[in-house]
Amino acid sequence: MHEMGIASSVLDAVRAEARRFPNGHVYKVVLRIGALAGVDPDAVSFCFGALVLGSGLEPLALEIEYRSRQHVCAACGRSFAAANEDSACPECGSADAVFSGGDELEIAYLEVEDGAPAARA
Amino acid sequence: MERLPLERKVLSENDRIAAGLRERFAENDILCLNLISSPGSGKTSLLERTLESFDPSERVAVLTGDIQTENDAKRLARSGFPVKQITTGGTCHLDARMIEKGLAGWNLECIDLLLIENVGNLVCPSSYDLGEAAKVVVFSVTEGEDKPLKYPSIFFKSQLMVLNKIDLLPYVPFDVELAVRNARQIHRDMEIVRTSCQTREGLGDWLSWLARQRKKPRAAAPVS
Ligand SMILES: Nc1nc2c(ncn2[C@@H]2O[C@H](COP(=O)(O)OP(=O)(O)OP(=O)(O)O)[C@@H](O)[C@H]2O)c(=O)[nH]1
Ligand SMILES: [Mg+2]
Ligand SMILES: [Zn+2]
Repeated sequence: MHEMGIASSVLDAVRAEARRFPNGHVYKVVLRIGALAGVDPDAVSFCFGALVLGSGLEPLALEIEYRSRQHVCAACGRSFAAANEDSACPECGSADAVFSGGDELEIAYLEVEDGAPAARA
Repeated sequence: MERLPLERKVLSENDRIAAGLRERFAENDILCLNLISSPGSGKTSLLERTLESFDPSERVAVLTGDIQTENDAKRLARSGFPVKQITTGGTCHLDARMIEKGLAGWNLECIDLLLIENVGNLVCPSSYDLGEAAKVVVFSVTEGEDKPLKYPSIFFKSQLMVLNKIDLLPYVPFDVELAVRNARQIHRDMEIVRTSCQTREGLGDWLSWLARQRKKPRAAAPVS
């Protein structure tokens, strides 16, 4: 279970960014998790919920953008979401595809209310 | 409401430290490998056999991670090579800072090969870059053929899969071809060797893979 560490890193990043908005409020953080990231979205949400209480950042919501594994077909060029069990191209059936995404573990964006950012230090 | 794009990796602090380690490994011409598996798949056994096969003049060092106990380090220290245990005290994976600490006191100029045994866990270690040149996943025949599909991250990120305990194949219903197919479904170009640390079958394939990696020029660029 490393989701507690992941949730805590997300919170640290929000805290650092929140300093740039002394008059505003960060109310949502959007986390992008790929199917190959090795991170369980539900566990991250659970840990985040526990950590945010008393953090001084509440109310702060976590939204998770889950990305399935992405392939580009080497034969026909079609991009598609590949299943683990079967990653053949839905267009032409070719099994020859190049991995193009789905291992992300990134903070995509924050939603900030009333936020004229302070100049970066 | 304003949307503030960050596009920042969650583990950027770990990645930063890992990049520093990778740079130090490159400067000292060290090949670093990160061995990952479920608990008990045979990481320590594989390392024991590996160290036994080396001439004492080889410049090899091992860091081994466990939640508790120094058992693995004790087993590996019998080889005479420098071995250090990292006990994480509860954490289910090694991270780059633990490696940095573990290396303190070792002169990197005297090491050519650094083998890291991660905490037995097929999930969490896959998220933490340790500055290694490659991850190696050890997967034993008692675990079921579908492990690559259930835990795709580590199979996706590993350059080599060591299918271990093949001496047990007569006793367990395990379809090697299916396991290999599942692994390739996740990572098409993954290299695969089959070993037994018990009978030593296939260990030569693992050792030749290792020798090939040691001959490769070290890339300083992080592999994400
Ligand atoms: N039959 C058989 N047993 C093996 C083989 N490799 C390891 N074992 C046994 O499997 C058990 C676990 O092996 P370890 O090498 O300690 O496994 P590990 O991955 O280091 O375990 P943790 O560090 O606890 O995650 C031991 O009893 C080994 O003797 C093998 O190839 N064949
Ligand atoms: Mg071990
Ligand atoms: Zn196609």
